[in-house]
Amino acid sequence: MIPALIVFAYLAIVLYIGIFAFRRTAGSAEEYFLAGRSLGPAVFLLSLFGTNMTAFTILGSAGHAFANGIVTFGLMASSSAFVIPLTLFFIGTRMWALGKRHGFMTPVQMFRDRWECGHIGTAIFVVQAALLVPYIIIGVMGGGTALRGISGGVIPFWLGGAIVAIVVMSYVFFGGMRGTAFVNTFQTVLFLSFGAVALIVIGRGMGGFPAAMESLLASPATAPLLTRQRISPWYYFSYTFIPLSTIAFPHIAIFCLTAKRMVQFKRTVIFYPICLLAIWLPCVFLGVAANSLRDVPRVEQKLEARAALAALPADAPAETRNALRRQAVGDDIVLVMLERFAPLWLAGILGAGIMAAVMASDSQILALSTMFTEDVFAFYGGKARFGEQVQVQTGRLFVVLLTVIAYFIALRAPQGIFDLAVQYAFSGYSALSPLLVAALFWKRSTKWGALAVTLWVAFAVMYTAQVPGALAWYGLLPVVPMTLISCVLMVAVSLVTPPPAAATVARYG
Amino acid sequence: MLRLLLLVVVVALYALHQDVWFWREARPLVFGFLPVGLAYHAAYCIAVALLMWVFTRVAWPSHLESAAADVTPDGRR
Repeated sequence: MIPALIVFAYLAIVLYIGIFAFRRTAGSAEEYFLAGRSLGPAVFLLSLFGTNMTAFTILGSAGHAFANGIVTFGLMASSSAFVIPLTLFFIGTRMWALGKRHGFMTPVQMFRDRWECGHIGTAIFVVQAALLVPYIIIGVMGGGTALRGISGGVIPFWLGGAIVAIVVMSYVFFGGMRGTAFVNTFQTVLFLSFGAVALIVIGRGMGGFPAAMESLLASPATAPLLTRQRISPWYYFSYTFIPLSTIAFPHIAIFCLTAKRMVQFKRTVIFYPICLLAIWLPCVFLGVAANSLRDVPRVEQKLEARAALAALPADAPAETRNALRRQAVGDDIVLVMLERFAPLWLAGILGAGIMAAVMASDSQILALSTMFTEDVFAFYGGKARFGEQVQVQTGRLFVVLLTVIAYFIALRAPQGIFDLAVQYAFSGYSALSPLLVAALFWKRSTKWGALAVTLWVAFAVMYTAQVPGALAWYGLLPVVPMTLISCVLMVAVSLVTPPPAAATVARYG
Repeated sequence: MLRLLLLVVVVALYALHQDVWFWREARPLVFGFLPVGLAYHAAYCIAVALLMWVFTRVAWPSHLESAAADVTPDGRR
């Protein structure tokens, strides 16, 4: 119960920071939704990084590495380390400047202005929002699972999920973007520390990593985990398209508008790859090293289930296969290692680090609220009719409604559905990224090109979700053809449709 | 010329992510425990950070900041 108490202390600190610590009195929409475009360099870097890290960063990455080996780092970390800073440098800075110059608060506002459109912007909003909702549900589920695991089952899933949902909802409701950004900063510091501390504690407990690596290399079953021989180079290559989704995520694009000065992007793009390295390398390495812990019963059970799964005949019942998959999954592998090697108090602090990563749904909830109030409420006359104060209160009401709905869905639906939905959402957002590139860099782009891309992405996400293996051409992930077809559609449709007025285009020169 | 050089460096770094030369190799274990493929990608992250430092030094779009600075607090010129 000690780790759970430490986690509760952590949640109290988070609430304090989010609601009270950096509160400002101004009640404008720009202050609530964008922190008055005034975030400083350290908060901007750490909060942007934390916003993009989810439960998967610590729990999922170690679990993926436990099953697949070191390839996890190249697939998800170093590819992101390359693509994300470049997109922030080229796209994020331009969005910031346009936001400052024209007062944009969401990407859809920019699209509407750039392409002189109204309802097409609404279509983009609908697709963006639909792709974002699964993340919020997964966040509630992650909170419930993590709190149940850290408390040793004392706190049930429904209560853990409710506690995390209420904490997140409270500081988003009261603190808006400023509260969320400072909470994210605190959380990022915590989970960046987590990696190094966990590595040292577990390494010492295991008697050093060199012996663990040698034992893995000595077995034909585990030696491939230290190489990438089990996956094809094409499959590996296609993962470099996934990080294109980051800048297209509304919560990241909106966050780019919060910087006080553009110079704040400088440190962010330089240190982003280093932060990724600091958190992903320990998690991936620990996940791989866990395969050597055959004397830990829960690890041994997982390894046996994995071996049984590999030996299962092709015509084995689906229930048997699914049951073995559930037993073999390694998403709790870091928790198992901490339980074995860390003293209770340290396990509690490290558990708080895990909670910090799990509670990433705050910025997504706020982003959806911002999008709803700006792209729908304000656009269709609500702001002009009822005023800015009502707009902010509408945003807050939206935060409450969204959290409550996400919580009840999380209680009733199996997590697997939303895990899959999140995977499709990554591909969907990557395939939406040509919208940003075209809006910012291609003068000839048109609203019809944007609509074609949006409809294609909506269709492709639903199609790949319905038909397993769809669009996985030549061993590539579906994200590659989805993104390339988006580019082709944007160019082809734009070239055969009339461009926006020259004066509009000139403002984006 | 500078733009072309930076483009070449970016393309080269992208290509270096696809390190087929370490595909089936675990050894040498860097520092005695890091498989070479993992150590390579850790170093890759540091190389990207250096590239981004160079970008901020020689290709920083400062014209965007000066254009954005010329506005009133409500976002209008």
